[in-house]
Amino acid sequence: MARYAVLIYGDENIEQDEATAGQVMAEYNAYGELLTGRGAMSGGEALHTTSTATTVRVVDGKTITTDGPFIESKEALGGFYLIEAENLDAAIELAAACPGAKYGGAVELRPCVDFAAENPWDPSPLVARA
Amino acid sequence: MGPQPARGAGLTGPPARAAVEHAHRTQWARVLAGVASSLGGDLDLAEEATAEAFTVALEHWPETGVPPNPGGWLLTTARRRAIDRLRRAAIHRRKVAQLEAMLDTTSDAIDSPIPDERLELIFCCCHPAFAVQAQVALTLRCVAGLDVAEIASGFLVSEQTMAKRLVRAKRKVRDARVPLRVPDRDELAHRLPAVLAAVYLIFNEGYAASADRQLVRPDLCARAIDLGRLLVELLPNEPEVLGLLALMLLHESRRGARTAPDGSLVLLAEQNRALWDHALARRAGRLLNAAWRRPGCGRYVIEAAIAAVHASAASYADTDWPHILRLYDLLYQVSPNPVIALNRAAAIGLGDGPAAGLAALAGLAAELGDYQYFHSSRADLLRQLGRTDEARAAYQRALELTGNATERAFLAERLATLGADFPDQPLMRPSPPPSPRGRIPAG
Repeated sequence: MARYAVLIYGDENIEQDEATAGQVMAEYNAYGELLTGRGAMSGGEALHTTSTATTVRVVDGKTITTDGPFIESKEALGGFYLIEAENLDAAIELAAACPGAKYGGAVELRPCVDFAAENPWDPSPLVARA
Repeated sequence: MGPQPARGAGLTGPPARAAVEHAHRTQWARVLAGVASSLGGDLDLAEEATAEAFTVALEHWPETGVPPNPGGWLLTTARRRAIDRLRRAAIHRRKVAQLEAMLDTTSDAIDSPIPDERLELIFCCCHPAFAVQAQVALTLRCVAGLDVAEIASGFLVSEQTMAKRLVRAKRKVRDARVPLRVPDRDELAHRLPAVLAAVYLIFNEGYAASADRQLVRPDLCARAIDLGRLLVELLPNEPEVLGLLALMLLHESRRGARTAPDGSLVLLAEQNRALWDHALARRAGRLLNAAWRRPGCGRYVIEAAIAAVHASAASYADTDWPHILRLYDLLYQVSPNPVIALNRAAAIGLGDGPAAGLAALAGLAAELGDYQYFHSSRADLLRQLGRTDEARAAYQRALELTGNATERAFLAERLATLGADFPDQPLMRPSPPPSPRGRIPAG
């Protein structure tokens, strides 16, 4: 099994009416149950909007904070799940069931590095090999 | 080191080298798929180990003779090479143990028929998680066995660019766990089009290049046809698989007539049909007949049918345009894209006259304004209607959009002779222009 992050991107400025918001919430609840039922749930969080974000960087030993997200864009990271899946096909199937993949949004699937593996990643640069 | 001296008195010397080349053509994908599968899908390592096994064969076979089961010999050698590499890395103990156990239990893959996991490999290489450029590069490297330099020259990108593209894709296979598996029956309909599109794109790249004599490029058409044959062997009941091979063979059957001795392009209308490979076209026709009878015919079967109508016409004037137009209507239904609409308009121009063709083209300007064939098709129709000034502007626009030297020369000649008395010769290109989905961008 491998672990993947399901990163949920969408337009956070879309105003939803109460009925739609309730329906979306119900879909997320059902999705959580689906993941748990399949033994695929490994964690996740919903995030407050990017207007609450603080970006932190250290330059010459000095901490500099800026108001807002690292990247300003129309589509923002709104939350994530960590899922367990056998391979990319299984992960895509689970990602496609996420409500965040609908309603004009999208989810980004990123494999997590497994530090327990003997060779977690290949650090060699992307260069031609003989 | 080879696995062991070959048993049986195999060929030695130069015939053995020919045997290595033959094995490279026939066994590469099978061996690579077999190694990748025993490595749990590590395509990167599998590819390197497979390449090494062929190098070892080249060193050993001329000395010791060709082994009785070359594929098994290569697979065993490649697996051992993979173990050696993992051992050197010293951090893969678990994987090494796994592989060694596998070698013990199957120890003589040398004598047994080697597993056929090529279809798994193809679906891995053409996984929709890859951009089409990566699918094509992976397929040519891992399934067709082309080396990086050949693929790079095939697509006119630097070797370094192509190497990076391949390494990145192979890492994604490993890190994101793109599986070596054939999609289930109900997934197949969604997954097969990417495989067919990658193969057809390879063919079209070769077809476009084949007219360009100034460039020495590997014969991508032949490679694509080999891939098409492999798919027919592995998925003999899929009509679109049969259709794609038929389509490629029909295009290939016209190759001899497509360029003049000086290298210039000869349009379908002006091709000497005696130069067509009619036997090849008949073979394509048999594939097409087998495909039509099955449910699930799509764009490749229909495009092949269009090409077959051309192939069966004794001359350009004898072409059954109403039949071709009906097939374009069908094609537009299954694949509503503007390039197909352009070809449909061309067929209308030929069947119902240039004014009707021009009317059918009118609606496509917004979508195809940057597409050279839109402007050259329009120019040809305007020329036939005697609207010389408009035709000149359209040829000029087509010329601005064309990079291919042969096609530029052709358009320049049309432009130069504009207004001169032409015999009443249709100048449309009724065969589908290369790749409705667009060519791979360089870089």
